[in-house]
Amino acid sequence: MREVTTQGKTIEEAVQTALESLKTTKENVIIDVLEEPKRGLLGVIGVKPALVKVTLRYQPIDKTIEYIENMMSKMGISCDIKVISQDERNVECQLMSQDAALIIGKRGQTLNAIQLLANLMINKHSDHKVKLTLDVENYRLKRKESLERLANRTAERVKTFNRPVKLDPMPSYERKIIHTALQNIDHVTTRSEGEEPQRYVIVFPKS
Amino acid sequence: MDELIRTIVEPLVEFPEDIKVSREENERGLTYILSVNKEDMGKIIGKKGRIASAIRTIVHAAGRAHQQDVQLTIQE
Repeated sequence: MREVTTQGKTIEEAVQTALESLKTTKENVIIDVLEEPKRGLLGVIGVKPALVKVTLRYQPIDKTIEYIENMMSKMGISCDIKVISQDERNVECQLMSQDAALIIGKRGQTLNAIQLLANLMINKHSDHKVKLTLDVENYRLKRKESLERLANRTAERVKTFNRPVKLDPMPSYERKIIHTALQNIDHVTTRSEGEEPQRYVIVFPKS
Repeated sequence: MDELIRTIVEPLVEFPEDIKVSREENERGLTYILSVNKEDMGKIIGKKGRIASAIRTIVHAAGRAHQQDVQLTIQE
């Protein structure tokens, strides 16, 4: 539903009813007053309610979801996209599909490519910078958990052998997960080395 | 595949009417050749080729979905 026409004793009241039925707030809509309210004689004769038309302002996120869906259908993949959380600067989307493995790709390569294009799309239609995160069947969440386990195991190894340990190359946000996980572990420090896309984290014992 | 490439690229460019996609088959597999208006080259390549490589990754994945080895080249 993109627009509704509502009545109310006052304009504010009519708008409020419309916002409730559109499940949105005043910032996201365009309000047209079709008829001013008339109080009439003694509030009985000739009373006319306010009539307003409230239209949902076109949302960059809708355009972006449509873009991803088109892309998926042309790849022969059927999927369902839901917005999980959304504020001014961050949008989180979850993609549900039978072909999750294909969408994710090797180490999330394909998923990251789709996410990059979706970010271009959303920012093309938005007046301020928006960061869109795309996840498939909770892949990113699971990946984060397994990276945290890896980080802790590595910290243990560094402690036991008192020697630096190199991890496999990872994209920047995955390295960040490792750095963050080990930030508060006393006996190790972390650093990234090498050139993208082969940049990796190295865990050092703290002397 | 043709349509997929157009679906990805069209919203990114200023001159969608100048998008051309052709295909070439050789011993290495199938290669699609994408060309866009000169003005739009930057938009589909991006900083350090990030956008171009994202498009390639997706095209490659779509090929794999149909057990095909598909490459993409971008031309002016």
